[in-house]
Amino acid sequence: MAQNLKQRTRKLCSMKEAISDAVKPASSLYIEGFTHLICFAAGHEIIRQGIKDLIAVRLTPDLVYDQLVEAGCVKKLVFSWAGNPGVGSLHAVRRRSQKDSKTRLELEEYSHFGMVSRLVAGSANLPFGVLRNYEGTDIPSVNVDIKTIKCPYTGEVLSTVSALRPDVVIVHCQRADVLGNAQVWGLMGTQKEAVFAAKRVIVVAEEIVETALIRKDPNRTLIPSIVVDHVVHEPWGAHPSYVQGFYDRDNAFYVAWEDISKDPSTYQDYLNEFVYGVKNREEYLKKLGGDTLKRLRAKSQICAGVDYGY
Amino acid sequence: MATNYTASEMMAVRASKELHDHEVIFVGIGLPNLACNLARATHAPDLFMIYESGAVGAVPERLPVSIGDPALVTDSISIVSQADIFQCYLQQGLIEVGFLGGAQVDKYGNINTTTIGDYHNPKVRLPGSGGACEIAVHSKRLLIVMRMNPKSFVSKCDFITSPGHRFKDQKRSSKGLPGAGPVKVITDLGVCDFVEGEMIFAEIYPGVDIEKVKASCGWNLKIANQLKKTVEPEEFEVKLLREKLDPQKLYL
Repeated sequence: MAQNLKQRTRKLCSMKEAISDAVKPASSLYIEGFTHLICFAAGHEIIRQGIKDLIAVRLTPDLVYDQLVEAGCVKKLVFSWAGNPGVGSLHAVRRRSQKDSKTRLELEEYSHFGMVSRLVAGSANLPFGVLRNYEGTDIPSVNVDIKTIKCPYTGEVLSTVSALRPDVVIVHCQRADVLGNAQVWGLMGTQKEAVFAAKRVIVVAEEIVETALIRKDPNRTLIPSIVVDHVVHEPWGAHPSYVQGFYDRDNAFYVAWEDISKDPSTYQDYLNEFVYGVKNREEYLKKLGGDTLKRLRAKSQICAGVDYGY
Repeated sequence: MATNYTASEMMAVRASKELHDHEVIFVGIGLPNLACNLARATHAPDLFMIYESGAVGAVPERLPVSIGDPALVTDSISIVSQADIFQCYLQQGLIEVGFLGGAQVDKYGNINTTTIGDYHNPKVRLPGSGGACEIAVHSKRLLIVMRMNPKSFVSKCDFITSPGHRFKDQKRSSKGLPGAGPVKVITDLGVCDFVEGEMIFAEIYPGVDIEKVKASCGWNLKIANQLKKTVEPEEFEVKLLREKLDPQKLYL
């Protein structure tokens, strides 16, 4: 009898344990989060463990993937928008992808819709995704993975992208139980599709709660325990990204990052201090200081709730 | 009328006028973001703003620094997954206006946000498409916002990220793209229309010399016979931009 025991396995562990167990050299890695819920704590732990040759996949690589690149963990980047949102460039990526670059990073790029379609296909266990897109753009001419298909019903020519099945998906959420049932509100990005497409899933939560609380509001549960392998309790684990209802995005940091990351030596200083120089997230937060946390803590806006009775 | 304003402020104000109340708009990063929020604070309070991050009917209390800002969530109509944004909203055809910028634009409104120089050996690596390609494909009408200079207004884009009216010697209309393509380019010197798919300079800002416009374009830009003069921004619009919408000068 086939059973999915994930539904009754307690999976709570430290970030260090989760990463060393799930992320292997040359793994394809998908740390989820679209501006919201980007798990920097996981990225930093991967850097500390020195895991190399990763295929780093994300719609928007953001600062966390740039740091993985600068630290030498990434062999190939698969993405659709590589920048510092609202501010500027990802300098580690840029330094490795231009004519004058000494070392080159392998790049594979799509548009957002293409990446989303790849995940939708992966989550539905299909070999490819279909979308009406890419007519007139040069993107398919530099990415052979984007192909076309003729619709068997209408004859329309549509674009296709291969399904994405990452080895490891890491998602950050507001709350989860020890089994990995995870609840998310605010921007959801591609969290749902990513966890169903993944071979292994690490759920990182701001709060660990009782299963009974999860069951009180089942519509809020985006991720069920039966697809989850590890649960990590990591408050403030998304800083400088944000968690709706918990803390704001550290926009000042994103702005300051432009100057820190432009110069490889100040970039290294940052990694030495905030990544290599700390053992875990707790020490990172201490270094960050109480004033920063106080500045970012969210003002409350609680929703009145819904009636699930029958 | 305001007597003291910058080219960026003029650009943001002029761009905001292209947006009408109750329109469904897909808001992009940068100056478009500012123009949309200015329109909402002035003549289009019920502008229906959709962000690719998943915010639908957003009403941000502060100017979102990124398109995934938490202020886009609070009090919005709906928050959906990105699969829903691209499939159910954009591909479904619900987006009336798309709003894009870029590093290069050509006379047909093709936009480059990918690489300057050869793709495989680029002089400058830019962020890439993000949602721009599909916004250009699907939006019923597309607005482009870009500062004018010969390096950005080029006779041929090094890479076409987002398709305009003509590409690879083919007309957009013959390729069955769902959206109508670019309708206006709002620059720091004036505004271009498209006539039969080609950019034509139609409107000049106060105090701008037409020779400067010509010199700022990388091809022989067509000038409309009846060149219109843009109205100067109002005092309250400039004030709104400076004091409320972008006090940190992120976009201005």
